[in-house]
Amino acid sequence: MKILVSIKRVADPDNASKLKVSSDGTAVTSEGLEWKMNPFDDWSLEAALRLTENAAEKNARVGEVVLVSIGPNDEHTQRIIREGLAKGAERGILVEADDANLDSNVVSQILKAVVDKENPDLVVMGKQAADGDSNVAGTKLAARLGWPIINYAMKISTNDDGKTLEVKRELDTGVATVKVTGPAVITTSDRILQPESVKNGITPADHQYAKLEVGGRYASLKGIMQAKKKPIDQMSLGDLGIEAKVALKYTKFELPPARSGDTTFVESVEDLVDKLHNTAKVI
Amino acid sequence: MEAPTKGYLFETDEHRALREQVRRFAAAEIAPNAHAWEEANEFPRELYSRAAKAGFLGVGYPEELGGDGGDLGHVLCASEEVVLAGKSVGTCVGLGSHGIALPPIVRFGNDDQKERFVRPTLAGDKIAALAITEPGGGSDVAAVRTKAVRDGDHYVVNGAKTFITSGCRGDYITTAVRTGGEGHGGISMLVVESGTPGFSVSSKLKKTGWWASDTAELIFEDCRVPATNLIGQEGTGFLMIMMNFVTERLFLAGQCVAIAELAYRESVAYAKQRQAFGKNLAGFQVIRHKLADMATQIAAARALTGECVTRYLNGEETPSLAAMAKNAATDMCSAVCDQAVQIHGGYGYMREYVVERLYRDARLYPIGGGTREIMNEIISKVEGY
Ligand SMILES: Cc1cc2nc3c(=O)[nH]c(=O)nc-3n(C[C@H](O)[C@H](O)[C@H](O)COP(=O)(O)OP(=O)(O)OC[C@H]3O[C@@H](n4cnc5c(N)ncnc54)[C@H](O)[C@@H]3O)c2cc1C
Repeated sequence: MKILVSIKRVADPDNASKLKVSSDGTAVTSEGLEWKMNPFDDWSLEAALRLTENAAEKNARVGEVVLVSIGPNDEHTQRIIREGLAKGAERGILVEADDANLDSNVVSQILKAVVDKENPDLVVMGKQAADGDSNVAGTKLAARLGWPIINYAMKISTNDDGKTLEVKRELDTGVATVKVTGPAVITTSDRILQPESVKNGITPADHQYAKLEVGGRYASLKGIMQAKKKPIDQMSLGDLGIEAKVALKYTKFELPPARSGDTTFVESVEDLVDKLHNTAKVI
Repeated sequence: MEAPTKGYLFETDEHRALREQVRRFAAAEIAPNAHAWEEANEFPRELYSRAAKAGFLGVGYPEELGGDGGDLGHVLCASEEVVLAGKSVGTCVGLGSHGIALPPIVRFGNDDQKERFVRPTLAGDKIAALAITEPGGGSDVAAVRTKAVRDGDHYVVNGAKTFITSGCRGDYITTAVRTGGEGHGGISMLVVESGTPGFSVSSKLKKTGWWASDTAELIFEDCRVPATNLIGQEGTGFLMIMMNFVTERLFLAGQCVAIAELAYRESVAYAKQRQAFGKNLAGFQVIRHKLADMATQIAAARALTGECVTRYLNGEETPSLAAMAKNAATDMCSAVCDQAVQIHGGYGYMREYVVERLYRDARLYPIGGGTREIMNEIISKVEGY
């Protein structure tokens, strides 16, 4: 099975409080922030790696995971691709583009061009990126490809190397089980990290994955060293025959009002409800 | 999550990538429990297999033995991140006790011993400890009294060991025993499995610091150990111990750098937030200069430790420089932790505060792995006076 996984670099979401808005309000500045792999992409990478390995054996890869990242061709984007390669992906693609010229529309166009080149059996993506939180690129890509889209996957199983899959989707109203014939686009929810969430018909069904809570697997030192030798193809939008035209324009950014930090002590539940309703106005 | 340190001069992108992974592991798996595990004098045994699954227990060991490759420099970076992000020194040293127990087997053991001991330890299934120190003395290694007398296919071991890290939970103990006559030529290394009749843990010791790590007194009473558990040749144990000490001292120097770095970070954060006389502590030049001195001392000890690691990895003999690095780092660590407590005022003396614990943890380092005085003896000998 060959899986394409898109990974985006985002400003460290754990340091969101350090984000600043430019003085004219037209952009969010990320100066001084650390760049990380979008955590949602880290989950989808975990799902893709589980689909393409025999986890009962050390480093027994049985399929191929190709990473694609779209962004500036700098050390940060490369470091994030290397991190994915260190976790186990086979190779990477860096599509060079300026952040300002990207939106879900352009991203889905680029990903479609990469899919056309690579012919993967599946595209597994984060449901959203931790910076823009748009939650549309996966669906748009599927629409462009004419493939099924399965959003918020929390369980994926296949017995025929991904030709057909049973996917459980995590919805506000419950869990929907869908059967899908590939190729398809899947986006994942954080429940995909649970030990039993992915069955590929190759890893023994009773295999227990390590419990992961905040992100996908850790890259081992061995993986880190191997990643240095794995290829990263670099290409431009021109190479893919794409003219970037953003459909979405941001007109103004504002920071939320600073919190006062005042502490109020309450004596009773009634008092608490009253304060939440009348003072804080949150219920 | 904390920003990464500037690190050692020898670090490459590979070291930095390793730090990032270990940091995430320690922040998720250790930090939330650090205080509780220290207070409980124990961390859960499963942590060994979690660390192994994540790929960190095997750092510094060859792949053929189930390790993850890498060298002493990688080990120092990984263990620094465990301290910085995990914030429990006791957990770090307990988790790392194989770092002193395995090398004699890796270097001098046979294939069978490597399969039985090294592989399962790196997989997190077995806990390893090293036992040299005896109740009668630790500095004078050549005076080891625990006796191992050959009887057919076995050695019969009698004696006692003390202050043994991970000795209470260890599945096997790499033990220094006397198989021959007086002096260093009579010492051998023998692996004693904890289930062997005649082996017992006589006491779990209560200590000043390193609480989450267990420290044991061990008794051997007519303990029959298969002769196949002898590492290398009879009478070569002293050499193995001396070789082991060089890397152990660099681990310890690296831990001192890490502990001091953590104490420093805690102090900077506290100094920026704590108010006195209408401004924060960092607003006083005296406090800023204390912090500046701490940062300087850390940088100096880090530089010497890093230099020694680089020379060691280049194949130089470094017993004297390793001893210097250990003394420089331990002195620095004690001084920095002391100042960290001072900056925290009364809170620095309270058990919930990390610096209070680091201050106690720091006291071990001029004693363990060869005392400050013994380090100076080594330096004197090499320098020739
Ligand atoms: C928490 C902890 C964990 C430990 N873990 C282990 C372990 O896992 N395995 C293990 O084998 N050991 C371990 N040790 C033991 C440690 O290595 C010894 O405590 C140390 O080597 C000193 O030995 P000693 O305590 O017998 O002191 P002694 O040798 O009795 O020394 C007492 C004092 O005399 C000084 N002194 C001794 N000889 C000389 C000399 N020639 N010149 C000048 N001064 C001298 C010493 O420097 C020291 O100040 C641990 C100790 C502690 C506290």
